[in-house]
Amino acid sequence: MTAAMGTGGRQWKRPPLIKSPLLRWGLVVGGAAYLAVVFGTMDVNWSRVADGFPRGQRFLASFFPPDFVSRAADIWEGILESLWITIISTVFGILISIPVGLGAARNLAPRPVYLLSRAILAISRTFPEIIIALFAVKLFGFGPFAGFIALSIGTIGFYGKLLAEDIEDMDPGQAEAVKATGAGWFQWLNYAVQPQVMPRMIGLGMYRFDINFRESAVVGIVGGGGIGATLLTSFDRYEFDSAAAILLIIIGIVMAVEYSSSYIRKWVQ
Amino acid sequence: MLRLVDLVKQYKTGDKALKSVNLEVPNGQVMALIGPSGAGKSTLIRCVNRLVEPTSGKIFLDDTELTTLSQGQLRRARRKMGMIFQEYALVERLTVMENVLSGRLGYVPFWRSYFRKFPQSDIDEAFRLLARVGLDHMVDKRADELSGGQRQRVGICRALIQNPQLLLVDEPTASLDPKTSRQIMRLIRELCAERKLSAIINIHDVLLAQMFAERIVGLQLGEIVYDGPPDGLTPDVLTQIYGEEDWEATISKVEDEDEEAA
Repeated sequence: MTAAMGTGGRQWKRPPLIKSPLLRWGLVVGGAAYLAVVFGTMDVNWSRVADGFPRGQRFLASFFPPDFVSRAADIWEGILESLWITIISTVFGILISIPVGLGAARNLAPRPVYLLSRAILAISRTFPEIIIALFAVKLFGFGPFAGFIALSIGTIGFYGKLLAEDIEDMDPGQAEAVKATGAGWFQWLNYAVQPQVMPRMIGLGMYRFDINFRESAVVGIVGGGGIGATLLTSFDRYEFDSAAAILLIIIGIVMAVEYSSSYIRKWVQ
Repeated sequence: MLRLVDLVKQYKTGDKALKSVNLEVPNGQVMALIGPSGAGKSTLIRCVNRLVEPTSGKIFLDDTELTTLSQGQLRRARRKMGMIFQEYALVERLTVMENVLSGRLGYVPFWRSYFRKFPQSDIDEAFRLLARVGLDHMVDKRADELSGGQRQRVGICRALIQNPQLLLVDEPTASLDPKTSRQIMRLIRELCAERKLSAIINIHDVLLAQMFAERIVGLQLGEIVYDGPPDGLTPDVLTQIYGEEDWEATISKVEDEDEEAA
């Protein structure tokens, strides 16, 4: 029997993702052509790049050695202000994004609430933090409050969307079982939904803390206070060694958050 | 005690899962609902506690008409109906004790459940039930650390601590090995007898249904095609429920089991 099958073996190939060969190869060729055109029109001035190398080197060299000392008081103040902005904008943003995220989960909220919450999330994600910060600076004046507002709004868009999506992905069986006991809506949230989404949301909260800290430096450059303002001042004064010190501190804090977040996430699983 | 009158469920897709089902389950009766996949077994028991909204018809639990209840009334009615699930449906990241106590959620206010401050009587009852199913040494284990059989026992405790009149049991053994399946079915049967509970048990294992239920209802394409005692399941009846197949083996085995048990 095996011998008989050996001679007339049937061909098998994995079915292609796109059925029509014309469309399939058309997309490949078209994509390649587009990339080629894009690269062709980028217009890089290579002699300018060659000139730029030593200039870049000199710029980088002026960062060394980093000077932590001469502006220590300013740096310290900036870091503390940035941490303050980061902590309260993360906490405040997450608190606001919980109801919005619940409303934006399709398996929880009635249709109108869902649409409204999704609209809030979409709007707050449309504008990058720096644009919101510019607006907030115009509204509230220079200083950390503007930074806090900008980062809080950014946090709502980020955290609310991910919370909603995590709730939509939860196991409906566990949710159904708690509902069947006669639990009220808030009890159901507390017993069926919260345990399922909590570990991921704690991890994302840590991640958002990390983002908010880095963003606080950017937001500070447009007037939102914090370490960004200190960084901008040191660039304005051509004190690149102090700027280098600030950058190193930012890197250090981001790394510390990174390591502790992976530890905390393992612990809450 | 439980009475279904002309119960119809039509899903949005147009599929008629239940076509005018009439069924009465008296007090203390353990009834098995058998039938092929897609016959509407799951839909039927979910219509009773309205996890699925029936399209038309009436459901009475004693004198309460369940299909017209408001949300608040429905919650109170659900306390009287304990449910046991196919994949256990325990909240995996909660402890065994929290899962059992979640059966009391319909009875305690939100703040008590939020701070896990359940009344002492509830905690006593939870320990009693867990001891009854042999899991009282595992109260602080997380549900996802348990084996399938252990999880199903916790699921049974969660249903019983509601102090229900009726158990709705959806394929309790579908994810369990044969030996554990029998143990779980025996446990459900014994607990129903101890507490004089009625039960509707969806099950597609005909043998288990015959061994542990006093009444069998066969459902096919949303209609009841058999309603009678376990020994009335002749090859003809099984063919009517499931379709053509050699049923002799299934039935003779049941008789062997009974002799063993006796």
